[in-house]
Amino acid sequence: MMCRKFEILEKRTLAPKIKEIVLYAPEIARKVRAGQFIIVRVEEKGERIPLTVADWNRNKGTLTIVFQEIGVSTYKLGKLDIGDRLTDIAGPLGNPSKIENYGRVICIGGGVGIAAIYPIARELKKMNNYVISIIGARSRELLIYEDEMRKVSDELKITTDDGSKGRKGFVSDELRDMLAKGVKVDRVIAVGPAIMMKVCADVTRPYGIKTIASLNPIMVCGMGMCAACRVEVGGKTRFVCFEGPEFDAHEVNFTELMKRLNAYREEEKIALEKYLKKIGEVKPNAN
Amino acid sequence: MPIRRRVEMPKLPVEERMRSFKEVALGLTEEQAVQEAERCLQCPHHPCTSGCPVGIDIPKFIKMIAERNFREAYRIIKEKNAIPAITGRVCPQEVQCEMKCTLARMGEPIAIGALERFVADWAIREGIVEEEIVKEDSNGMNVAVVGSGPAGITVAADLAKLGYDVTVFEALHKPGGVLVYGIPEFRLPKRIVELEINYLKRLGVEIKTNIIIGRTYTIEELLKEKFDAVFIGTGAGMPKFLNIPGENLVNIYTANEFLTRINLMKAYLFPEYDTPIKVGRRVGVIGGGNVAMDAARTALRLGAEEVYIIYRRTEREMPARRDEVINAKEEGVKFQLLTQPVKFIGDENEILRGIQCIKMKLGEPDATGRRRPIPIPGSEFNFEVDTAIVAIGCHVNPLIQRTTPQLKTNKWGCIIVDDWGRTSMKRVYAGGDVALGEATVIQAMGTGRKASTAIHQDLKKK
Ligand SMILES: Cc1cc2nc3c(=O)[nH]c(=O)nc-3n(C[C@H](O)[C@H](O)[C@H](O)COP(=O)(O)OP(=O)(O)OC[C@H]3O[C@@H](n4cnc5c(N)ncnc54)[C@H](O)[C@@H]3O)c2cc1C
Ligand SMILES: Cc1cc2nc3c(=O)[nH]c(=O)nc-3n(C[C@H](O)[C@H](O)[C@H](O)COP(=O)(O)OP(=O)(O)OC[C@H]3O[C@@H](n4cnc5c(N)ncnc54)[C@H](O)[C@@H]3O)c2cc1C
Ligand code: SF4
Ligand code: SF4
Ligand code: FES
Repeated sequence: MMCRKFEILEKRTLAPKIKEIVLYAPEIARKVRAGQFIIVRVEEKGERIPLTVADWNRNKGTLTIVFQEIGVSTYKLGKLDIGDRLTDIAGPLGNPSKIENYGRVICIGGGVGIAAIYPIARELKKMNNYVISIIGARSRELLIYEDEMRKVSDELKITTDDGSKGRKGFVSDELRDMLAKGVKVDRVIAVGPAIMMKVCADVTRPYGIKTIASLNPIMVCGMGMCAACRVEVGGKTRFVCFEGPEFDAHEVNFTELMKRLNAYREEEKIALEKYLKKIGEVKPNAN
Repeated sequence: MPIRRRVEMPKLPVEERMRSFKEVALGLTEEQAVQEAERCLQCPHHPCTSGCPVGIDIPKFIKMIAERNFREAYRIIKEKNAIPAITGRVCPQEVQCEMKCTLARMGEPIAIGALERFVADWAIREGIVEEEIVKEDSNGMNVAVVGSGPAGITVAADLAKLGYDVTVFEALHKPGGVLVYGIPEFRLPKRIVELEINYLKRLGVEIKTNIIIGRTYTIEELLKEKFDAVFIGTGAGMPKFLNIPGENLVNIYTANEFLTRINLMKAYLFPEYDTPIKVGRRVGVIGGGNVAMDAARTALRLGAEEVYIIYRRTEREMPARRDEVINAKEEGVKFQLLTQPVKFIGDENEILRGIQCIKMKLGEPDATGRRRPIPIPGSEFNFEVDTAIVAIGCHVNPLIQRTTPQLKTNKWGCIIVDDWGRTSMKRVYAGGDVALGEATVIQAMGTGRKASTAIHQDLKKK
């Protein structure tokens, strides 16, 4: 089959407003490693948005990405179909996850972050770590990548905010209980909403367990040129795109990260409303 | 012969400037150009040429203008300078060619930049730029050029003409480097940069965007997989910070982010374009160079009510092009001089509210020859702004250096090169800001020209 650059080859809806697409981008597929991301532009007038590479196939030259429709760019991406092409994909960006034999590792994924923790868990498993995964979502229908995660984990724990599946509560509650029970852990890696990563870091801090968070600030360039992605880590300003995205979670100023993520709240709202009106859809429910 | 006054370039009226991103400096008319060219003394030692980093034969092209032989004038300029429509607009002439002009001593040097621009624009209008493609047959050798700024453009054009198969790798989605994402439309219309990029394409150069060397491919992979030589022209694009408290508050931009959002991502057309930008009512731009002027003037055009340049020395020491300082003032940019920020102040939501500053005075000259600014104790004051743009310079882009340990760099992270752009790695060359530190368009081109000469020599020997 002849594939065109940046063409969508497969598309699945994993949950309401969460989609998975497989893209043809052989130059990136040959190189990408767990923990890295790409920057895409959906169309000529589009923004540059970062998305984690959830999976890849070097032989076929494909990348898998999983994204949540939350604003204009992700909505537009979700509208594209098999056979459509993205305008730009640049990558792989960021530093790969450090994969070593640590011993017993807890991999935590929240929401769409589950797809991002998946390749990391998989590689850690390949390195003979004992992988305990905790994945969580708001409710059972929003839980993604359960089967994938089960395959690469020695133990899989599930939480939902409303208790519709697994334990009722947050991933951090599960983590807290596990540590309280005396489970010995060598490393924790968390990917998800900033607040989730912050709470996880707070939970592990008293135990002195090395905890890694994969940060998700607003980005523009992805290559260290604009500083849009900067965040304070260990008292110093760091560029997430170029020096991260993974940092020691105990050193990250999450409050700052969360404030900076909200910098364009009003503009994002205007843009989304205008877009939805244009395509004749009503206001999205707030998931 | 009485010395005539320098012909001043016509400019767009201020009211019209503020409503659009139209080019401000309109260029000389034919009559004005000839009149200015006639002022040239045709000095036998042509000191002006020594002030031009690429050594254009300035009196000769000016003579041709005086004789209305614009075609020949164009040819003379192009011998040394591949992109005169760009350099004529953005060179800091007052510290380069025009500074050395004999007439400068009498206060009014020949407007060399304006004349160069006139000739280049004339050539574009006449379609001459479109015609001239002279190129040797392919010699079967491949050269990779990393980065599509002025340095990369120069190397790619030079080598393509000599018969090399050239591939340019650009990390962003659009080629042109700072010319595209940094310098605003009102100073350098993007159609002119596009013309140069199209010229490269017509020379057979392949331009691959979205490829980040150091990530998508390493330098070693390029050398191993296909290329006989690699030129690195990745620029100095990594913003510096003041390292003062509060620098990550919301609504503090680096000039690079601010200008990239606007120039590359067209945020001024939000929400037609998806990328947003925030420009407050009172904007403080920290710095005194071209970048600071560009950011300040852009902020005014986007509707800021008051825009301040906050600079720690005086206007005399400002590194910006003089013309742009004048333009900025005409447009209403205010200058808060001898002032240094010490702290950004935010509200409970970490949104910027102001800058705590300290007054400075000038002391002895420092290493750069400019008088060193010294803080005046007890002179702290609060400066109210709702947006701040930090434009105090950049480090070189470090990605390639960090992923290519064999490549030697100096303590500022610049790639170390010899006089001809050769790096510590065989078959790898570098030029432009990544080797020079922050420099100028024409210097980037000059080092590019040297590197292409070296590449040609070294590969011929193979
Ligand atoms: C390294 C990295 C990897 C990422 N990987 C993924 C991924 O695999 N899947 C995925 O769905 N998303 C991922 N994100 C987040 C994704 O980039 C944003 O969801 C996207 O940019 C939103 O664009 P939008 O125009 O659709 O929404 P916008 O209108 O820009 O934003 C809507 C809302 O989302 C929040 N938001 C904006 N940017 C981000 C962000 N970067 N992270 C979190 N929230 C944000 C805003 O606060 C806003 O309230 C990643 C971000 C980074 C930095
Ligand atoms: C706002 C602004 C205004 C300026 N005004 C003037 C002026 O008036 N006059 C003047 O003479 N000079 C001016 N300058 C300086 C001038 O633009 C630079 O000196 C010049 O552009 C340097 O050229 P370069 O080719 O070395 O690099 P750049 O123009 O910086 O181009 C480098 C390119 O390499 C790309 N790149 C970086 N890393 C990688 C990678 N790893 N892989 C692939 N590609 C990569 C970048 O995306 C970029 O496109 C200004 C600069 C700025 C920012
Ligand atoms: S290239 Fe620049 S320095 Fe050289 S003559 Fe032209 S304007 Fe002057
Ligand atoms: S120094 Fe000035 S006057 Fe003399 S040749 Fe050069 S441009 Fe003409
Ligand atoms: S996104 Fe531009 S520096 Fe990180």
